[in-house]
Amino acid sequence: MMRLPTFAYNAPADAAEITRILHEEGPAAQVVAGGTDLFPNMKRRQVEPETVVSLYRATALRGIEWDTDGSLRIGPTETLRALERDARLKEDFPALHAAIVSISTPLLRSTGTLGGNLCLDTRCQYLNQNYEWRRAINHCLKCTGDTCWTAPGGTKCWAVNSSDSVPVMIAMGAKLVLQSTEGEREVDAEDFYDIEDGRDWLKKRPDELLTGIRIPKQNGSRSTYMKLRRRDAFDFPVLGVAATLETDGDVITEAKIVLNSVGPAPVRCTEAEQSLIGKKLTDEAIEEAKDLSRKGAKPLDNTDYLPNYRKKMVPVFVKRALLSLR
Amino acid sequence: MGDYRIIGRKQTKVDGLAKSLGATKYADDLFLPRMLHVKLLRADVAHARVVSIDVSAAAAMPGVHATLVGSELPEKFGILPVSQDEHTLCPDTVRFVGDPVAAVAAVDEDTAFEAIQAIRVEYEPLPAVFDPAVAMRNDVPALHDYGDDGNVHKRVSMEFGDVDGALAGADLVLDDTVFFQGNTHLAMEQHATLANPEPDGRLTVWSSTQTPHYLHKAMSKVLGLKPARIRIIACPNGGGFGGKSDPFNHELAVAALALKTGRPCKICLTREEVFYCHRGRHPVLMNSRMGLNKDGSITGLHFQSLLDGGAYGSYGVASTYYTGALQTVTYRVPVYRFDGVRTFTNKPPCGPKRGHGTVQPRFALEIQMDKAAHALGLDPAAFRLANLQPPDSVTANWLKIRTMGLRKCTEKVIEASGWNDRYGKLPRGHGLGLACSSYITGAGLPIYWNRMPHSGVQLKLDRGGGVTAFCGATDIGQGSDTVLAACVAEILGIELLDVHVCVSDTTLTPVDLGSYSSRVTLMMGNAAIQAAERARDLLADAAAEKLEVPKGRLVFADNTVLDSEDPERSMSFQQAIVFAEAKFGTIGTVGSYTPPKTPGRYRGAGVGPTPTYSYSACVVELHADEDTGRVDVDRIWIAHDIGQAINHYLAIGQVEGGVYMGLGEALMEEMAYRPRRAGVHKIPSMLEYKSPTTMEMPPVETFLIEDPDPEGPFGAKEAGQGPLLPVMPAVANAVFDALGVRVDQCPITPELIVQAMENPDKRSGPKSYPDLRIEKPVRVKTAEEGGDGYEVDQVRKKKQLARERRTDEQKTTQ
Amino acid sequence: MTLRRIAKRLLVNGEEHEVSFLPHRTLLEVLREDMALTGTKHGCELGECGTCTVLLDGEPVLSCLVLARECEGREIETVEGLAGASGPHPLQHRFAELNAAQCGYCTPGMLMTAMSVLRKTPAPDRETLRRELAGNLCRCTGYLKIYEAIEMAAEDLQDG
Ligand SMILES: Cc1cc2nc3c(=O)[nH]c(=O)nc-3n(C[C@H](O)[C@H](O)[C@H](O)COP(=O)(O)OP(=O)(O)OC[C@H]3O[C@@H](n4cnc5c(N)ncnc54)[C@H](O)[C@@H]3O)c2cc1C
Ligand code: FES
Ligand code: FES
Repeated sequence: MMRLPTFAYNAPADAAEITRILHEEGPAAQVVAGGTDLFPNMKRRQVEPETVVSLYRATALRGIEWDTDGSLRIGPTETLRALERDARLKEDFPALHAAIVSISTPLLRSTGTLGGNLCLDTRCQYLNQNYEWRRAINHCLKCTGDTCWTAPGGTKCWAVNSSDSVPVMIAMGAKLVLQSTEGEREVDAEDFYDIEDGRDWLKKRPDELLTGIRIPKQNGSRSTYMKLRRRDAFDFPVLGVAATLETDGDVITEAKIVLNSVGPAPVRCTEAEQSLIGKKLTDEAIEEAKDLSRKGAKPLDNTDYLPNYRKKMVPVFVKRALLSLR
Repeated sequence: MGDYRIIGRKQTKVDGLAKSLGATKYADDLFLPRMLHVKLLRADVAHARVVSIDVSAAAAMPGVHATLVGSELPEKFGILPVSQDEHTLCPDTVRFVGDPVAAVAAVDEDTAFEAIQAIRVEYEPLPAVFDPAVAMRNDVPALHDYGDDGNVHKRVSMEFGDVDGALAGADLVLDDTVFFQGNTHLAMEQHATLANPEPDGRLTVWSSTQTPHYLHKAMSKVLGLKPARIRIIACPNGGGFGGKSDPFNHELAVAALALKTGRPCKICLTREEVFYCHRGRHPVLMNSRMGLNKDGSITGLHFQSLLDGGAYGSYGVASTYYTGALQTVTYRVPVYRFDGVRTFTNKPPCGPKRGHGTVQPRFALEIQMDKAAHALGLDPAAFRLANLQPPDSVTANWLKIRTMGLRKCTEKVIEASGWNDRYGKLPRGHGLGLACSSYITGAGLPIYWNRMPHSGVQLKLDRGGGVTAFCGATDIGQGSDTVLAACVAEILGIELLDVHVCVSDTTLTPVDLGSYSSRVTLMMGNAAIQAAERARDLLADAAAEKLEVPKGRLVFADNTVLDSEDPERSMSFQQAIVFAEAKFGTIGTVGSYTPPKTPGRYRGAGVGPTPTYSYSACVVELHADEDTGRVDVDRIWIAHDIGQAINHYLAIGQVEGGVYMGLGEALMEEMAYRPRRAGVHKIPSMLEYKSPTTMEMPPVETFLIEDPDPEGPFGAKEAGQGPLLPVMPAVANAVFDALGVRVDQCPITPELIVQAMENPDKRSGPKSYPDLRIEKPVRVKTAEEGGDGYEVDQVRKKKQLARERRTDEQKTTQ
Repeated sequence: MTLRRIAKRLLVNGEEHEVSFLPHRTLLEVLREDMALTGTKHGCELGECGTCTVLLDGEPVLSCLVLARECEGREIETVEGLAGASGPHPLQHRFAELNAAQCGYCTPGMLMTAMSVLRKTPAPDRETLRRELAGNLCRCTGYLKIYEAIEMAAEDLQDG
């Protein structure tokens, strides 16, 4: 039986107390929401926090709230299952809904949270293994070793951002609220993941707590999410494509195409996006955007499927995503 | 079909409710007072000499009760007598990442985990090899000091008739090289074992094993305890599929630690460790050359296989033979040659998985049959039907075919799938594929050559009207407990639940060789029938006397014994027992079963024969995406020649389960390693080793073809393994129908489909087949050529062969 | 760190139990090892198979990833609680009858998920079952008899 290592445990009922503990304990403490990411990682001894701060009593961190302007606020500890069942969310944010229902399995979604999904640790086939296994490869850069076995020549960690909701949040221009003992700040989802290295996968200090997610009303835009994986349940994305288009009549006024799971951070296909602006979504426009989307994705041999295949699938998926928005 | 009350009907299986109530006790569900928990330290290098092991720090940790290292148990073991190459814990050499070197027993699993991390092992690295073609080279150090040479564990070559001549004379010769990747059983239950040292010095072991009898042997050998002092109880297995058929390191280590500490010791492996136990499907590279005449007949077949065996022998010698043996039992192959080589490599050992050894060559053969039909301009179904091996015949390699339901199976799936109207005519991206197959209903020979029965059943008849059936067979989910009860209940005219089954306990039950090779229903079933008939005979004697009716007129039905001509003259089944017990004393009977002799007498003739072959045919309908290579299977039709279903639901369950597992192998399951990173298993987890979920499983339409076989109990043949075999090639053939590309490799992944779409020859798969350095095959004349089943030019050897067998027998029966 | 057991009141299958266990134990471990409720099985302990499914406040969850201490005050249901005074639940009968429990190892988890589905959707269609059971791996049955068993149990329940 894979078992958890020991840890000190705290479950304060309010965010202020949580951030106080996080501030005091520093990186030795780790927040847990649903635990569906943290606990497997702890059981494999990838992370062994001295203190686990559980959010389960902090009821204020839950909830789904619609503002009068049609924007949405979600509490980070809202379960994926609850969000999936929200009819309005499905209606107004179909791409987010699609991303959420594609996460693992109904069982996991019962406890897994949106906040956890947004803060999901990066993943790698050299990392998400038992302690004994990692010892056989002499550990890796992200976890006590000094080489990234995915790209041994380099100096950075190539563990992959494998969250389904992250690319959608970026495409929708979502904002994340972070709280610490120093107060509250709001960041663009895009900036939250603006990182280079899979070791520090979020632009967030260890003492900061994600306390809210705000998604602006999508002004007449259409959105979609497509996911490459081997099985239609359980499996993480090994390529995720989120796309949103805003149009004026037939003409595209704003486009966002975000890839995920092809590197430590999500990738905006800015050139492809630019190419669409001012155009109609014609076959030619889609072809051009598709070709431009190849740049930026650097799939390596640390997830399911061969990297070369994943790379080939980027334009295929981008094209399909755009086609689905017609 | 017989008119049975229980056989073939939709009866609830005897252990069904216990399982759905969560009441069934699997090995890890057992807890004993004062029980210690065991963990194994496994090698983190692929190949090395063990220079030293220092367990002192672990032993000194609070809560640690004992440690164990390899030198304490020098005796080797292994499932086959010819491959005794495993140690409980490696004393001097480790051969793959995961090979165990030390063990700890501690108060709880957390402590045991901490303790194994404190063990210091010094290794001296040895060159590791992961590729069988490389392993065969002379300059690569051998993993073992036995085998055929170097890292060649087994080299087999046999020729039945003049194959070169037949190929030279053919109108067309197809030459295909195909690769089948290894995969594993992935039973949901992780192996667990509990050992209890009894106060009187005996040892009791509960384990998730499919072969308690062979574990008993290994345990006795390694621990140096008389078999009579060891009791092995196989718990209901939470899935086996062949993965729990070998004696395992952890079983022996736990037993040794129980003896050492004087306390019960338990282990439950982690999922990662289960991947190291493996014994799953061998990766096999194959080459098949088939000669064909324009009229659509096969002139001859030359089949070659190169098996990547992993680090130990396991069933590997048998697996090697099996990659060649059954290529002749479906279609008429007048002359046949088979060359096979199994090599050792520094990976977890391969062994028997559902369809043992015959799955990979079947994949190659059925793809080749499809290609042959297209090359000849024939319909693949018609081409197969025109070439079927006839019933009651002997194949080129001297296998005796009895009933043969493949025609009916094929016709059934052709009809149900609308094949004739739809094959080759579906829109692009949609396809149909057909494949046929066959499997043994139990191996004709036991693992240790001897003349004793392969299965034994004892019945105890109770004055209260109950019957207890004792048998060594193990229920691994296939339903053998129900088969046992059903055979007995049918004969004695009682209900299923009137039969108590007491199984898989080496102390209480007569030997059944184990739940492998699809042998249990046929062998145990026949033994059960014999025992039940003997019991019925005793009861009939007493009842006839009491009822004053001729014995021959008595019928046993509905818990009564009655006169068939005057049903009023009757007594209850229980009364019959009472009268019989009064007349004869305590009532107990025995039955046993030994398979018939095989006509093949040549070296290697032992693998392939069976009391009777089962047959299956399968049509797969799918759609494939030419840009992404994604395959979605829409529907599967499968017909299985089962002879006679003993229980309708059990039979359907085996077929559907086989199709499911086959689909996993066809589309996604593979054992992958990282040779450049210490040879670690790439994906030893339930998440990354892909097992199909509900989302991947299509509807399946199952047809049971019932044509009772005289060798089977009530005519039954196997269903546990056969129905898996046609699924993978049917998928490959359907992909061809959908996209016009050939994927000569299994699993048929999106990557391979995309690659085939891009390749000019519209094919992906292995490019070449290496030279296996086979010198001279064993030559055997076929029956048609007037052969006698012995090797040519070795008539002299016949007597010697017989003599050798006799000495073997003496050796193993001692 | 010294490991002291903690005592919690757990409501399991409608009965309240005072259970003491180590603070870092998961619900799976506590059910099996501290409460002898071994009906709940495990196949990976990492959230990758669904074998350990139990109901927590009516929702199917992976007991291998839930801290037992966080279950206090919540309603826990395991396979042992499915049968009532009138005998096995129709799901259990149908699973047994149709051989939807072959080796039986995935069965407890499968049943708990099925139970949660039937409570929400008394007459689920195939597609619903397929989606809702996607997190419960079974290596024996190919799922088909499991669907049928649930469908038949659904009818049994509706017929009363
Ligand atoms: C078998 C399996 C399959 C999976 N498949 C998918 C998949 O397909 N797609 C996918 O996207 N994910 C997948 N996951 C990952 C994960 O389960 C989900 O992303 C889930 O949403 C994580 O939420 P959680 O609440 O359980 O996270 P937790 O494990 O509680 O937390 C995850 C991380 O986020 C941090 N965190 C959580 N909440 C906060 C907060 N409020 N503030 C700051 N930090 C916080 C934690 O410290 C931790 O580092 C899978 C996991 C498993 C085990
Ligand atoms: S045991 Fe596999 S998901 Fe919990
Ligand atoms: S019945 Fe064996 S795993 Fe489902």
